[in-house]
Parts: sequence; structure tokens; C-alpha cells
Amino acid sequence: MIEALKAGLILVGAIFMFLAALGLVRLPDLLTRMHATTKAATLGATLIMLAVALHFGEVAVVARALGVIIFIMMTAPVAAHVIGRAGYFVGAKLWHGTVKDELRPHYDPLTHELKSGMEPDDDARVRGPGDDASG
Amino acid sequence: MSTVIMLSLILMTLALCLAFVRLFIGPSLPDRVVALELFSSMIVGIVGVVAIATDVPSLLDVAIVMALMAFMAAIGFARFLERGGPRDD
Repeated sequence: MIEALKAGLILVGAIFMFLAALGLVRLPDLLTRMHATTKAATLGATLIMLAVALHFGEVAVVARALGVIIFIMMTAPVAAHVIGRAGYFVGAKLWHGTVKDELRPHYDPLTHELKSGMEPDDDARVRGPGDDASG
Repeated sequence: MSTVIMLSLILMTLALCLAFVRLFIGPSLPDRVVALELFSSMIVGIVGVVAIATDVPSLLDVAIVMALMAFMAAIGFARFLERGGPRDD
């Protein structure tokens, strides 16, 4: 029973890792490649570490395997976010079939400034709230 | 069991080769960083499978260190990219 479970976990984990690598090669731009690698590789490593925990079955090894799983699950999204952000700043091209890029109208790549589109217009900002109170 | 281990090792080695293809041709530096991230995840998996195959639980420490170093490398590369400004590679 445990043998079969272990074999299944190892195989499924390896297949997910292979799919992640396939996606990394086949997909068209940076963000879609990260979409493929981050999630699938995290799941693959998690499944294989679960198989390790099942195989040894000692407290120390299971704790370490769960530690690896928790660490990967916590750091993979952070790393992906940071790389994606840096890629957008550097100017990685999006796929030509991209439907929507909601950041483009609000982001100025030269000054690194982000606008929400809801700021008060310029003369209101120049006048300021204090002037309203005095006049 | 040994068949399963051999099969999964072959699959993950193929995956490493595919990730190396992206590392080689990857048009920009962020693509290569993503490929390196995937490398480290797959090495964690391979070390886990080898630990099962050889019955050596100490190998898990290698997996922990691999995961840690990959995270640090990703953060470092991202800081480098953001500080470096627009680039053409």
C-alpha cells in the first residue's frame, strides 16, 4: 500500500516537473513561462518530498521533508513575484496575442511612477486644501 | 520500485535538458533567471528521489540548502535587474 502510494507520488511529481520544463520551453513570453514553472515545479517538488516522508517514516526525516515543502511553498511565490516585477521593469516583451495589460496605462517606465488615474487634476493640487480654507 | 525511480529520474533529467535549452536560448535575462529557478526546484526533486533510492536520509539537507540558495539567487538577480535599468540582451 505505502509502496504503491510512494511510487505514485514520485511518478506524478516527476511528470509535473517535466511539464514545467516543457512549458518553460514552449510558452511564448516571460510571464507565461513563469506561470508554467512556478506552480508545476512547486507541486512536483512537494509530491516528491511527500514520498520521501512516506519512505523513511522517522520523525526527524518527516520533519525535514515537511520543512522543505513549507519553505518551497513560501518562497516560490515571492521569488516569482520579484522576478516578474523585475522583468516588467526591464521591459520584457509580452506575447503579441496578449489581450490586456492593465499596468501599461498607469506605469511610467522612466520615472518608475505609478498612477491610479484617480488623482485630483493639476490646478486642484497646486491650490491645495489649505488655500481653500483661507479663501 | 526501482523501475519507478529510474523512470522518474529519466523524466527529470529530460526536464533538466529542456530547462537548459531555455537557459541557453532565453532571449532576456529574466527568462534565464526563471530557468535557473526551475533548475533548483528540479534538483530538489532529484535529490529526494536519490535519497529514496539510496536510503540515505542525510541527503535531505542538500535539498534544503538547494531550495534556500535558489531563493537567495532569485532575489539577488531581481535586485540586480531593477537597479540596472533598461538593458538589451
